[in-house]
Amino acid sequence: MRVQLRVDGAEAAADIDRPGESLLSTLRDRLGMTGSKNACEQGECGSCTVLLDGVPVCSCLVATAQCEGREVKTVVGAVPRPVRDAFVTCGAVQCGFCTPGLLVSVADLLEREPDPGDAEIREALAGNLCRCTGYEKIIDAVHAAAEVMSGEAVTDVVPEGAIYVAAQGMSAESTTDGVPRVPARSHLHHNQWINVATFPRGGGDIEEDTTP
Amino acid sequence: MTAPAPALPAAFHRPADLADALALLAAHPEAVPVAGGTDLMVAVNYRFIRPAAMLDLSGLAELREWSDEGDAIRIGSGVPYARITAELATVLPGLAAAARTVGSPQIRNRGTLGGNLATASPAGDGHPPLLATGADIEIASVSGTRTVPIAAFFTGPKRSVLEPGELITAVTVPKAAGPQQFLKVGTRNAMVIAVCSFAVALDLDARRVGTGIGSAGPTPLRAPEADLIELPWTVPSRFDDALAAEFGRRVAAAARPIDDVRGTADYRRHALAVCAARALRRVWTAAHEERST
Repeated sequence: MRVQLRVDGAEAAADIDRPGESLLSTLRDRLGMTGSKNACEQGECGSCTVLLDGVPVCSCLVATAQCEGREVKTVVGAVPRPVRDAFVTCGAVQCGFCTPGLLVSVADLLEREPDPGDAEIREALAGNLCRCTGYEKIIDAVHAAAEVMSGEAVTDVVPEGAIYVAAQGMSAESTTDGVPRVPARSHLHHNQWINVATFPRGGGDIEEDTTP
Repeated sequence: MTAPAPALPAAFHRPADLADALALLAAHPEAVPVAGGTDLMVAVNYRFIRPAAMLDLSGLAELREWSDEGDAIRIGSGVPYARITAELATVLPGLAAAARTVGSPQIRNRGTLGGNLATASPAGDGHPPLLATGADIEIASVSGTRTVPIAAFFTGPKRSVLEPGELITAVTVPKAAGPQQFLKVGTRNAMVIAVCSFAVALDLDARRVGTGIGSAGPTPLRAPEADLIELPWTVPSRFDDALAAEFGRRVAAAARPIDDVRGTADYRRHALAVCAARALRRVWTAAHEERST
């Protein structure tokens, strides 16, 4: 049977051959949209979190056939730029497998609550497991993203991407080109630096939707 | 894409309304009803079951509403936990507290009270508060509607009085007539199946206490002996720790737990006694404070 839905703002159609096919399976295996990750397939880990009509759900537990005419947003279409930047600059990404699900959950949280406290963040992210970071840097990233999105922290003198440095009270390494830098994490040699202002935007970026 | 036609055409039924759903279920008894999918889809993903047909309940507006019936709230079986927590915490504090402990936000956005009941797991978080308050389950089929008291609903582990061709349509929960508590023991604060759980509801008008035990027996259980405990209604200050401890003992005695991967029977009895005593102290204190202000 054919199911028609909207995924990240575009019309999509999938021909499914069993009634129990999950939305996650359809997104990844039929539509080739591999942003949502398949880890546990039992709703425990949150790696496959998407917004279904604006509500975060585990796409592995939604039958695709339940999505006829509905709006799905994956990590590609659901997450504001500052949330992604904050995850990178705060070291909230290590192996990266949980990241798409976390980003969707954080985007939903900040949509509902622009300045969440630690307890709210922990409760909102309780369904997203991360086995690398110990969550502290993820919570830092949510605060950093909230600050950027509230507009308060964005000024002419603090370039985008330097927010984490300021928020954490760390001194940005002053360099001759004036670009702020933060210490690299484990995947780079200890004396290398990430230029956070020019971190590559990657291939998954979509244009800002400016239509009302 | 043209897929080769399977021997049995896989079907996903999307009824327009409840009557349509019941008719479809009668015509296609092999169709497995699905609402939030938080239990069913796990079994499907792991190939524990391979339904040839499914009946979608998530589009039925009738099941996704709750209504105020005066002294009770009628909750459509398709209302997700997130809405019970957000919208019913004042009138049904015990159920709302239990709903908040279910899974994660993603699960609470999808999982429904009706699904919890249909699965009839002894560990279902929604069951203890329904037992403590004496809720009624509304069940419909093409031949009509019947109402089953929650205490008569469960018949065994993952078994209930629900017959083939029947759907749970609503749960009617009496409004709280006093403080209520729900306590759940698990290995972390979220995303856990209860090791054991306990709900208590104090009815200040009828001077009654109601109990519900989860995950400590073949079905969710009441603790009838604990319900009969004599509480000092006329002189609330006479309530003491010994009385709370006796209540805890009676609750633990009503449980019929087993050893399993989540905990031992001994641990469950011990934890239930502690939880029950704590819950009773909390509701009694809350009631006393409410009355004196």
